[in-house]
Amino acid sequence: MGCLVNTTFSHGLKAGLSIAIGYFPVALTFGLLAKTTGLSIMEATAMSLFVYAGAAQYMALSLLATGVAPWLIVTNTFIVNIRHFLMTAALSEKVEPAPKWKKAIYAFGITDETFSVLATQQNRQITTAFAFGVALIAYSSWVIFTAVGHVIGANLPQFLQQAMSVALYAMFIGLLVPSMKGNRKVVLLAAIAAAIHCVLYYTHLLSTGWSILVATLASAIFVEILYVKSNKNVERFTEQKEEN
Amino acid sequence: MGSTYWWMLLGMAIATYVPRMIPLTILDGKELPPIVSGVLRNIPYAVLGALIFPAILHIQDDILFGIIGAVTAFALAFIGLDVMFVVIGTIATLAVYSLF
Repeated sequence: MGCLVNTTFSHGLKAGLSIAIGYFPVALTFGLLAKTTGLSIMEATAMSLFVYAGAAQYMALSLLATGVAPWLIVTNTFIVNIRHFLMTAALSEKVEPAPKWKKAIYAFGITDETFSVLATQQNRQITTAFAFGVALIAYSSWVIFTAVGHVIGANLPQFLQQAMSVALYAMFIGLLVPSMKGNRKVVLLAAIAAAIHCVLYYTHLLSTGWSILVATLASAIFVEILYVKSNKNVERFTEQKEEN
Repeated sequence: MGSTYWWMLLGMAIATYVPRMIPLTILDGKELPPIVSGVLRNIPYAVLGALIFPAILHIQDDILFGIIGAVTAFALAFIGLDVMFVVIGTIATLAVYSLF
């Protein structure tokens, strides 16, 4: 569409609203789990305020609960969030030119979800104002509902608290499955990493933190080598065919 | 939790922000070797697999709880529901399950 849609700050707020709604149960559950892990409301809200990364924050909670060393939690945070590197690299080709400090600010707001909304915009360029709008509404929801979750969490009925413990994993599955459809590489990547992590987990060979790190890198590297090799074989095969 | 917690938080904040910020500012325009960007491209899917299993099976003592949650979430995502509805639908299903 050639018309100037989704360019202003308020367009961004509107486009980010679905993320804000989606963050509600996940942030609420995070606040609740943070409380049961023993974090104060300050500590829990500060994590959402300064780190702002759903998967890494949940992982930090479970690692804190099992007494994993803090430096290992930081290392894991880095490994889990290195994927944002690719997302912002992809985005940097699509955003309008702007001063670096402005880019450095909205870069903080890039998550799996805001990336998806920004990257799927029909516009040829993403305006800085639009990116700020999407990032701000999603971020606000995440921080506010973390605090709300910490406050009201314990007052939720027990059966609901139990049910909400699945929220993060359901979100992971909801993000993974659409990419798995018709893509054997994605299925392979997830399945191999899951299998390696299961083996390491049940044999107690490594702690959870290291295990996720090793399983992820091993799967990502193994599958990449597999595909580079098979692509070369295909190339060789087609070359032979052309020679014949 | 004490001051260790706040140092950890600072570390987490830096570890999260740096990968977000570098491509948009410093690496703007430069290209990575294909094998490196290939491996990086794979990481989201691999890490999701490792994060989901086996952790989802052990969210409650009752392993059936996790299995029902996993099956429900996969089914809801497979029929094409938005992430948000996958989350809400799975929570609702497990809420019903834990009531009985």
